[in-house]
Amino acid sequence: MDILLTLVWIVVLFVVVMLHVAYATYFERKIIGHMQVRLGPMRVGWHGLLQPIADGIKSFFKEDIIPEHADKPTFLAAPIICLVAMMTTLAVLPFAKGWVLADIDIGLLFIFAMSSLASYGVVLAGWSSNSKYSFLGGMRSMAQVISYEISMGLSLVGVMLLAGSLNLTAIVEAQGDRFLGMYLLPQCIGFFVFFISMLAETNRVPFDLPEAETELVSGYCTEYSGMRYAIFFMAEYIGMMVMASIATICFLGGWNGPFPVPFFPPLWFVLKIYLFMFLFIWIRATLPRYRYDQLMGLGWKVLIPLALANIVLTACLKAILD
Amino acid sequence: MTRPISKSLDIPVPDGDSERYSLRMGPQHPATHGVLRVDLELDGETIIECTPQVGYLHRGFEKLAENKTYAQALILTDRLDYIAAMANNIGYCVAVERLLDISVPLRAQYLRTMVGEMSRISSHLLWLATHALDIGAMTVFLYCFREREILLDLFEELCGARLTFSYPRIGGVRQDVTSAFVDELQRFLDIFPAKIEEYETLIDTNRIWLKRTVGVGKVTGEQALSLGLTGACLRGSGVDYDIRKHQPYGAYALVDFEVPLGSDGDIYARYRCRMEEMHQSVRIIQQCIDQLPPGPIVGPDAPDLVMPNKPRARIEASTNIYGTGLIKLIRDRNLYMSGDVYVATEVPKGELGFYFISDGNNRPYRMHIRSPSFIHISALATIAKGELIADLIANIGSLDVVLGESDR
Repeated sequence: MDILLTLVWIVVLFVVVMLHVAYATYFERKIIGHMQVRLGPMRVGWHGLLQPIADGIKSFFKEDIIPEHADKPTFLAAPIICLVAMMTTLAVLPFAKGWVLADIDIGLLFIFAMSSLASYGVVLAGWSSNSKYSFLGGMRSMAQVISYEISMGLSLVGVMLLAGSLNLTAIVEAQGDRFLGMYLLPQCIGFFVFFISMLAETNRVPFDLPEAETELVSGYCTEYSGMRYAIFFMAEYIGMMVMASIATICFLGGWNGPFPVPFFPPLWFVLKIYLFMFLFIWIRATLPRYRYDQLMGLGWKVLIPLALANIVLTACLKAILD
Repeated sequence: MTRPISKSLDIPVPDGDSERYSLRMGPQHPATHGVLRVDLELDGETIIECTPQVGYLHRGFEKLAENKTYAQALILTDRLDYIAAMANNIGYCVAVERLLDISVPLRAQYLRTMVGEMSRISSHLLWLATHALDIGAMTVFLYCFREREILLDLFEELCGARLTFSYPRIGGVRQDVTSAFVDELQRFLDIFPAKIEEYETLIDTNRIWLKRTVGVGKVTGEQALSLGLTGACLRGSGVDYDIRKHQPYGAYALVDFEVPLGSDGDIYARYRCRMEEMHQSVRIIQQCIDQLPPGPIVGPDAPDLVMPNKPRARIEASTNIYGTGLIKLIRDRNLYMSGDVYVATEVPKGELGFYFISDGNNRPYRMHIRSPSFIHISALATIAKGELIADLIANIGSLDVVLGESDR
């Protein structure tokens, strides 16, 4: 019975997340459209509301092209690795008190492990496509994810120290439901480093080098088409949501809000995620793209030292205050 | 029928310290501005050898012009630099007028200067849009198009075309401006400086933009001269050379403007030069509107569209004695000058020169176009060498090339 219930929850979560992914693309296009003095999708449905569904149908029925000399098994597996790794991370996210599929004690570490796995998908896609643009995109992605994974992990050590746990529910509960309890203020350096690493980890502007369209055509997914391309797209958006969730859980107090919501407890959590998604989109509309070497320089010379300093500072303060 | 089980990848495996591989960028690439192909030798992402390949848009204009009268060949110049067709038209007309010794009335000179500068603004807007998009700032792209749209509407109001104008003609311009056009243009001039500031707030104070442009794609003044760079690319390196100022044509001698100069010769200096040029263009257009003199728009000796090869027959005065019944028709021999002439004008991209050889016919014996884009593309090989792929993209954008002009 328990297993059946879990399965139902998994299906519900899957459907909700997929709908969110579909409409995240819609809102991205709408918001960027309005920021760029145009309207965005307007044709399919009222104000283009059915556009994501039309896009889904389109990519589903598109011809699936596999390049001639591609490494076929790897080529086919790459998008699935990406999507599976990203979907798995959803299992440990607490959307509200008790609203979590797997309340494991190493939640944060698990998410890191999974999002690192997702980068395998990108690297393998770049390698197996037998295209030089894809290959360059894959190489860039490898270097970028490795260096930013480090700074991101280090930036969260401060949170771990303060909360004394890697369990995401415990981290939220350690912050309490007061505004000042949020780790945003004591961990502002950590948040700064995490936010920038989060953009790099999800390959978003200004760190979208693996798929820099004006340099590498479309980077690692140049040779992908139809549903396989859509799967990469979905993985990217789920990645954005997962990163936004971690930021919410670790720095903004998770599901806690100014007042509890009676029927739908995850409301505050969802709103905070939307705030981060909006920031992602806003930044995309505003900033130019970093250059590859500048990106690495920023990661290794600025973010990692900052994150290390943050750990030392947090540990010292904690030792003194305790 | 057995198929090979494992298919090999073409990506070379590094052997020792050489990890070179070649990449053909273009002609179908989102950032090569049309159909430029760049053959790259790469070490990682560093460019070791860069060979630009042109010719994908060759339409044989120079040959075509030999079979058209001077007046007919004007439409070919629309298709050279299709972003600033007006400037090409003017350059062509100025060259033909100097070859055939045709005078242009003052009002037409002012109108040409005015539309030439409008064309400069619209070209620079498109340059800024695509240059920013190449570096990743995609909002600037649409903001620039918003203002360019106003200019294209103005051109449409003026001559009915939005892209291929053929508005100037040999010996003048085709239509006079209406008061509605002047009012609209004035409205545009009033809002445009604020819009330039809007673009600058988006990118000029942006640290990432500065990191991508300052110190990248450096060209010294001597280097720029020896590479043959002209226009903002040369002035960005600090060389004071602007044909509008130093060999004025049209009404440029009668209006007051400055030639913006950079000093560093990097992408940022070229960017600043062009942004300042837009301000100067606004100044020139404003003065043209204010000073626009009345009078005809076509000179008395402007040739027809169908330029006759033979001069019109006329009656020799001395033989036309009333009553004799004998009329002697004579034809002048040299209707058109023969000889050769090179005339350059300052188009948005740089120095656009027309070289004509005439043998006294109504069509050129040979027309050669000195295209700034062609020379800028050839300079890319020197500028981009040793830099990264991302810088190559920024450099292509910064040199402001149009393949229609380069390939002719």
